[in-house]
Amino acid sequence: MARMSRREFVKAGAKGVALATIPAIFKLNPLTAFATPAKENATLSDYYAHFGVDESLVRQVMAAGLERGGDYCDIFFEHRINSYVGLLDNAVDRAYSDVDLGVGIRVIEGDQTGYSFTEDLSPKAIKLAATTASNIAHEGKSVAAVALEFHPSPDYYPLKTLWEDVGIERKIPYLEKINEKVFSLDKRLVKSEIGFEDEGWYVLIITSEGRVVYDYRPMVTISVNCIAEEKGRREQGYFSLGPRAGIEYFTPERIDQLAGQAVRNTIDLFEAVKPEGGEMEIVLASGNSGILLHEAIGHGMEADCNRKGISIYADKIGKPIAESFVSIIDDGTLPNYRGSINVDDEANPSQKTYLVEDGILKSYMHDRISAGHYKVKPTGNGRRQSFRFAPLPRMRNTYMLPGPHTKEEIIQSVKKGLYAESFTNGAVYIGAGDFTFYVATGRMIENGRLTRPVKDINIIGNGPEVLRNIVMVGNDLKMYEGGGYCGKDGQHVLISDGLPTCKVSSITVGGVAS
Amino acid sequence: MNKSERMQLAQWSAGRARKAGAADAAITVANQRDIDVEHRDGKLDKLQESTQNYLALKLYVNGRYSAHTTCDLRKETLGKFIEDAVTMTGHLTEDPFRALPNPKYYAGRREVDLQINDPFYADVTSERRVAIAREIDELTRSQSDKIVSATSYYSDSHAELAKVHTNGFEGETESTTFEAGVEVAASDGDKGRPQDYEWRSFRFFKDLATSQVLARAAVDRVLGRLGQTKIATGVYDMVVENRAVSKLLNALTEPMGGYYLQQKSSFLDGKLGEKVASERLTLIDDPFIPAGLNSKTFDFEGMATRRRVMIDKGILKAFYIGDYYGKKLGMEPTTSSSTNTVFEYGARSPEEMLGDIKKGILVTGFLGGNYNSTTGDFSFGVFGKLVEDGRIVKAINEMNVSGNLAELFNQLVEVGNDPYVYSALRRPSMRFEGISFSGI
Repeated sequence: MARMSRREFVKAGAKGVALATIPAIFKLNPLTAFATPAKENATLSDYYAHFGVDESLVRQVMAAGLERGGDYCDIFFEHRINSYVGLLDNAVDRAYSDVDLGVGIRVIEGDQTGYSFTEDLSPKAIKLAATTASNIAHEGKSVAAVALEFHPSPDYYPLKTLWEDVGIERKIPYLEKINEKVFSLDKRLVKSEIGFEDEGWYVLIITSEGRVVYDYRPMVTISVNCIAEEKGRREQGYFSLGPRAGIEYFTPERIDQLAGQAVRNTIDLFEAVKPEGGEMEIVLASGNSGILLHEAIGHGMEADCNRKGISIYADKIGKPIAESFVSIIDDGTLPNYRGSINVDDEANPSQKTYLVEDGILKSYMHDRISAGHYKVKPTGNGRRQSFRFAPLPRMRNTYMLPGPHTKEEIIQSVKKGLYAESFTNGAVYIGAGDFTFYVATGRMIENGRLTRPVKDINIIGNGPEVLRNIVMVGNDLKMYEGGGYCGKDGQHVLISDGLPTCKVSSITVGGVAS
Repeated sequence: MNKSERMQLAQWSAGRARKAGAADAAITVANQRDIDVEHRDGKLDKLQESTQNYLALKLYVNGRYSAHTTCDLRKETLGKFIEDAVTMTGHLTEDPFRALPNPKYYAGRREVDLQINDPFYADVTSERRVAIAREIDELTRSQSDKIVSATSYYSDSHAELAKVHTNGFEGETESTTFEAGVEVAASDGDKGRPQDYEWRSFRFFKDLATSQVLARAAVDRVLGRLGQTKIATGVYDMVVENRAVSKLLNALTEPMGGYYLQQKSSFLDGKLGEKVASERLTLIDDPFIPAGLNSKTFDFEGMATRRRVMIDKGILKAFYIGDYYGKKLGMEPTTSSSTNTVFEYGARSPEEMLGDIKKGILVTGFLGGNYNSTTGDFSFGVFGKLVEDGRIVKAINEMNVSGNLAELFNQLVEVGNDPYVYSALRRPSMRFEGISFSGI
C-alpha cells in the first residue's frame, strides 16, 4: 500500500547522498570505542563487546522490556558501515559514507507490538528504550528469566575480506576499467555513471526465549548507467550486479558483463518501439522475470497480510492454485545471493521454504507474530530494514523450479505476443491481487519467432489468475544477480528472484492504442 | 540536544574538518522525535517511539569532494570519523566544480515566520494519540459490513536542524508534522479484497482532519472499487484525481533537475523557453506558503529560496538547478530541489469536469509502472472509474495508461479548482484528451 513513510526523510539532510555510505579507507574503524571482532575464534563476550554491552546489562534491559508483562521481548543491536564511491563524467570524484549504530527493542503481547530504538548505547538510554517499548503491555504477568544461549549460524555468504578492510584505492580501478570498456564498446555512448556501493552489517540479537545470534552481512553492488545518442535521439540503459559477497566476486568476466550488458541495454533501444497495447500471450525470459513471482504471489504469501485477512491467498493453503509443473520457493540459503540471510532478524534460522509445490499452495512466509497466530514454526522470514524498525514477514530469494519445456518450444508456441527480457520495478495490491511490473526491454513474438525490440511497457495482471495462466515452464532456471530491493511499509530489504522461461497465456500489456 | 548544543556541535565539527585539512566543509546536525500509533480491527496494534540524531558532513579537500553521515555523535568518535573522512577524500579525482556555494546565494534569506512549528506539540499526550487512532479505526469499521480489515494510524514528529558552512552560512529550522489516516480492505466476493486509504498530513495539530472525515473518505474509496474489472483497450478522455496526479507531475518535474540535464538524461533538455505543456499548465515553486509541508527559507545547499514560476502557461521558464550541477552546466542556480508546488487553478470541480466527458476514464490511483526520463515514454498501471455521458458507470482496474510525457501534457485541457493541500505538491485534478489505455 502506498502509505507515505515519514521515516524516509531521516538522513535526507545529506541529500544527493542518495546512497548514503562509509569509505573503507578508514583503516581504524571510526567506532574505535567498540572493537570489531574477527570472524573466527570470537566468543559471545566479544560480540557483546562490539556494542559496548555485557550479559548483565542485556538481562537488565530484557527485564525492563518485560516489566509490564509482555509475552516476549527481543533486543536487536546493529552496526552498519556503508560506503559508496562513484564515477561520473569519466572521473571518480565522489564518495559517500554512512555509519549506523543502535539498538531496537521490541515487546510483543499477543499480536500487539511495542517498539522503541536508540542510537545512544549507554546503559541508561537502552533501558529507557526498553521501558518505552514495554508500554504496549498491561497485564502484569511476569516472564521467567531464561538462560541465554548462543546459536552459531551457518555461513551462506562466505567472503575473503570484510568490506571495512577494503580501501577506496582498491575500488577505484574497477570503476575506471568498467568506464573504459563502456566507451570502447560503442561510439554512440555519451555518458556513463558507475557506482560501487558496499556494506558490512553486524547484528546481535537476543530474545527473551534465550536465543542469542550474531551475524555479519556483506553486500556489494556495482551499477552501470549509460546514455547513448544517435541522430539527436537519446536512450538510457542500466545493468547491475549485487551479491552478498566480497570484492573477489568481481572477476574480469563479471566486469565485462557489467559493461557489456549495460551498453547492450542502451543501444538496443534505438530500434525499439512501443507495442500495441491489450491482452496477449507473454513469454518471460529466464532470470529477472522472477519479479513476476515476487509481485503476483510473493507479497500475498507474506503471512502478516493473511493474518489481517486482506490477502487473496488467505484461505487457499492446501489448494491447487497453478498447473502441476509449477513449484515456487522462497530460499534464504542460496550461497552469496542478495536475499540470503544466515539468520533472520528475530534470531530464527534461515531456510528454504516451499510456497507452492506441484501446483498446491503449501506455506506462507512467517515472522514470529504470524507464526504464533497460525500456530506453526517460523520460516525465517522475519526481516527489518534496520534497528529503527520492527520486523515483518519478507521475501528472501524467490524462484520457480525448472519445468518440462524448452525455451525454444515456448517461443515457437506463440503466434503473437511479447517476450519480456529486462525489468525495473513492480508493485502489488495484496488484497485484490492486482500487480504490475515494468519491462524496460523486450521483443515482440510473431509466428513463433522473436522480432522487433520493444521498450517501456507496464504489464498488469491479477496474481491468482496469472498463476493459473502459467501454461509452460522452461528447464532453464536462472537467478537475478542484480541489485534488487523490496519496499514494504516504508522498509527496504535486499532480495533476489529467479525464473525459468515461462509462458503466461493472457495478460494486459501497456501499449499504444490504435 | 538543545538548540545551542546542536549549533555548537556543527561549528565544532566544521572546525575539526578544517583542522584535519579540509579547505571547506558543510555540516548539518539534526534531531527528530517520532511517535507512531497503529490501531487495527478494534485493538492497539503497534506503538513506536524514538528519537534520532545524525550529523551530515560534506568535505571539500584539495579540490576533491566526499559526503558522510553518522548517528554516533560522541565527540571522541566523531573527531576521528571526520579526520578519516578527510584523509580518504584525498584518494578521489579532483573536481573543479566542487565548492561551497558562493555566499551571494546565501544572501537575501527571507525573514518570515513560515508557521511550520506547532508549540502545542509538547502538550499532545500518549492517551490522546491512541484515542485518535482508536476513533478512526472504530468509525471506519462502523461504516459498512463489507469491510474486512481497517488499520488506522496516528503519528507525529518534531524535527530540529542546524546547518553550518565554513564560508559563512548558518541556518536553523524547527518543524512539526501531524498525520492521521486509515487503510481499509473490503470484501468483493471471490474477486478479492480491494484496499484503499485516506491519509493526511499537517503542520499543526489543530488542523488534523477529523476522524469522521478520514473514515468516510477511506470507506467511500474502497467501496467504490467493488466490482472492478478491466475494459476494452482504446483511446479515452482521462480525468486524474488530484491525489493521484502526482505520479504524472513528478515524472514531468524530475527531469527538470540539474543532474538529469547535465547527464543528458532529460527529455526536457534544451527546452527552456519552449512550450512543453498546454497553456492550462502553470506550475510555481513557492517556498513561503504558511504551514506548507515543504516551506523553507534556505534549501539544503544553504541557498536562499525564492518564489519561481517554473512553467508559465505551458512555457518552460526554469529548471531546478542546485549549485554543483549549475556550475557543471554553466547555469545560474535556482533551487536544488522543489519546495512547495502550486498551480494556476481552474474554475471547476472534478465532478463538473466529468460532466463534459462522453466516454472517458476517471483515474483515482496508479499501480506501479515507470517512465523513461530520457525519452519521456511512460506506462503506468491504473484503476478508477469508467465515465459515460458525464456519469460514473462502473469501477475499473487492471489497466495501463501509456504514452509520452511531452505529448501527454500537451493533451491537458483543464485543471480543477481543488488543490490537494495535504502535500507539498498542491496539485489540482487534471483532464486530458485522447489518451491510450490498454485493457482487454
